[in-house]
Amino acid sequence: MAEFRQIGWKASVPTLVIVLLAAVPPFLSSYWVGLLTQIMIFAILAMSLDILLGYTGLPSLGHAGFFGVAAYTVAVLATAYHAGFWTCVASGIIIGTLLSAAFGLLVSHVRDVYFLMITLALGMVLWGLSNRWITVTGGDNGISGIPRVMTGPITFYEVTLLIFIGCTALMMLFISSPFGFTLKGIRESESRMKSLGVNTWLHCYLSYVIAGAFASVAGVLWAYYNAFVGPTYLDLTASSEVFLMVTLGGPGTLVGPALGAGAIVLLKNVISAYTQRWLMILGAIYIMTILGAPQGLWNLRRRSRSRA
Amino acid sequence: MKEVPVKLSTSVVVVVFALLATGVVVGQSAASVPIKVGFIAPLSGPYVQNGRDILNGFLLYLEEIGYRAGGRQIDVVVEDDEAIPAVGLTKARKLVERDKVHLMAGALLASSGYALAPYIDSMHIPMVFPVVSSDDLTQRRRSKWIVRTGWTSSQPNHVFGEYAARTLKLKKVATIGLDYAFGWESVGGFQRTFEAEGGKIAQKIWCPLSVHDFAPYLAQISRDVDAVYALFLGRAALQFMRQYQEYGLKDRVPLIGSGSTTDEHVLPSMGNEALGVITALHYSAALATPSNKSFVAAYRARYNKVPSYYSESMYTGAKWFVSAIEARGGNVEDSAALLDALRKVKLADLPRGPVELDDYGSPVENVYIRKVERVNGELQNTVIETFPKVSQFWKYNPADYLKQPLYSRRYIPPPTE
Repeated sequence: MAEFRQIGWKASVPTLVIVLLAAVPPFLSSYWVGLLTQIMIFAILAMSLDILLGYTGLPSLGHAGFFGVAAYTVAVLATAYHAGFWTCVASGIIIGTLLSAAFGLLVSHVRDVYFLMITLALGMVLWGLSNRWITVTGGDNGISGIPRVMTGPITFYEVTLLIFIGCTALMMLFISSPFGFTLKGIRESESRMKSLGVNTWLHCYLSYVIAGAFASVAGVLWAYYNAFVGPTYLDLTASSEVFLMVTLGGPGTLVGPALGAGAIVLLKNVISAYTQRWLMILGAIYIMTILGAPQGLWNLRRRSRSRA
Repeated sequence: MKEVPVKLSTSVVVVVFALLATGVVVGQSAASVPIKVGFIAPLSGPYVQNGRDILNGFLLYLEEIGYRAGGRQIDVVVEDDEAIPAVGLTKARKLVERDKVHLMAGALLASSGYALAPYIDSMHIPMVFPVVSSDDLTQRRRSKWIVRTGWTSSQPNHVFGEYAARTLKLKKVATIGLDYAFGWESVGGFQRTFEAEGGKIAQKIWCPLSVHDFAPYLAQISRDVDAVYALFLGRAALQFMRQYQEYGLKDRVPLIGSGSTTDEHVLPSMGNEALGVITALHYSAALATPSNKSFVAAYRARYNKVPSYYSESMYTGAKWFVSAIEARGGNVEDSAALLDALRKVKLADLPRGPVELDDYGSPVENVYIRKVERVNGELQNTVIETFPKVSQFWKYNPADYLKQPLYSRRYIPPPTE
């Protein structure tokens, strides 16, 4: 009975959140609709990193690279080649995913700090490319003028919401599948999983590619939302910001990173309007989280429940 | 019977009074709602000095007019874009959609300018660009809602290329500059007119924006050139000047360059190594015109330092949109009409001299050839020659000019010239 009630509660909360998200835009100004759209896009990105960082235990510091490459693909195709909307969307996701498939070959055999270093280096390579391959990327100036495909911020918001729900559902399904449990097993003890006969390399590789694919989806959305792509979207700061969203919210929970994305986007946009020292506030919040909830905010909730 | 007319008359009086009162109130409310102006510049990060100068010039002018224009109060919302285009875009969204500003001003870097342009165009909010000098913003990638009151990177350099060949009698020049759009466009403009006059750019050296040590680049400079053209700003300009002297080049190869290299934002921190450097720009704090003298005096009194071209740019930018607001009688709600008014502004008594906009929305203004000299113990950019009414297209036909590609890193002048 208690279990049933818990399931009912588990199902009703996301439904409530979705209904709320779908219902609020007409009551908000376009600024807040825009912020909510941003939050959902970065939530997809943060959740995709959570597959790697939280579930597989692979700390990637180059994750914004796939986001950026997908966004650049859309930008280049839409502005220089005037490609159609679906071509841009499909190419953005495919190229981002192919790139993660290629990079995955280079990184899937290493763990921990070595993984961190190699992904950092690969991320920097992508950043360097965006900065120096001027004929294609426009260098420092980035690419602006990506055509708007949807009229009005509310339409875009609704489309983003649908994609956000779809991606979240897919990622939830993925992590609760046997494959997802194997990933958790690798995170806890790779040697034991190996001795159980699991091909841990392949699992890590696929987890890396799937995370890259979802990051590409976020990148494509971002290119259309922002109508501008520049090197700052795939540099180290961008990657570490996503990292921060995940660790702040609580790795290995999916919900946590989404909330972390929301918190950081809000901090960046709202607090920075009142003070230029918003980075200090962000830093203070991060330090408090590390001291008070080293596993992230969402894991705090789980811990208190398990204690009860 | 007696009371009724009294009552009637009182009620009439009350009604009339009420009408008058509402009329007054309504009339007042249109004029008493402040004009909101959004301002974006880097106020943290590597370009904070330039951003501060821009903001200082802006506030100086608004203080002079008591924050009032067209009978209305001016409210300013200042935002820091950290010199990152993405942040600038976020801040512009906030200014337009949350603060509901009537117009915007600011931006320093070309990359920020390009990032903002499509957004501004989609929101129909006029924005004054006092500094951003990327050529294409008023050439091949024109933006309807951006009003540039500053300059284009190649504008003074077209003049300077010709001057270097004709007056300075230079034949072979090496260029060394920062490796980004501002550098390419400046050097490209110089190269085009210099080579058209029979000069030759012997080599082009590009340093990354993060350059700390110029030794490897200085070593590459060929020793048989007549002059070196240098394009730097900020910290890089200081470092370059010092090393150029330390490596013994100063006494052997004369230094010329972009106006930013010896601009007043770095000049007070330079020493004798800067003496004699000849540059071109649309402003010099040493201009001897009455309007510049009073501007420099006011600026020194307020901020205790000499104004740079960045300071002057936003002082002028503010004056520009204030005169547009005055022309509209304070009506800024009609943004299309405000944009028209902004494009029609013509000012003669600016610190930098007279300015008006061409058909492409770029300023036609004086270009000054300046030489660094020490006057009363202080370095200054003494104006040695003035070229009046220089357009962004120099002497070329705009239509033909626009058929040429934008000056790039590997620019080669068209062979027909």
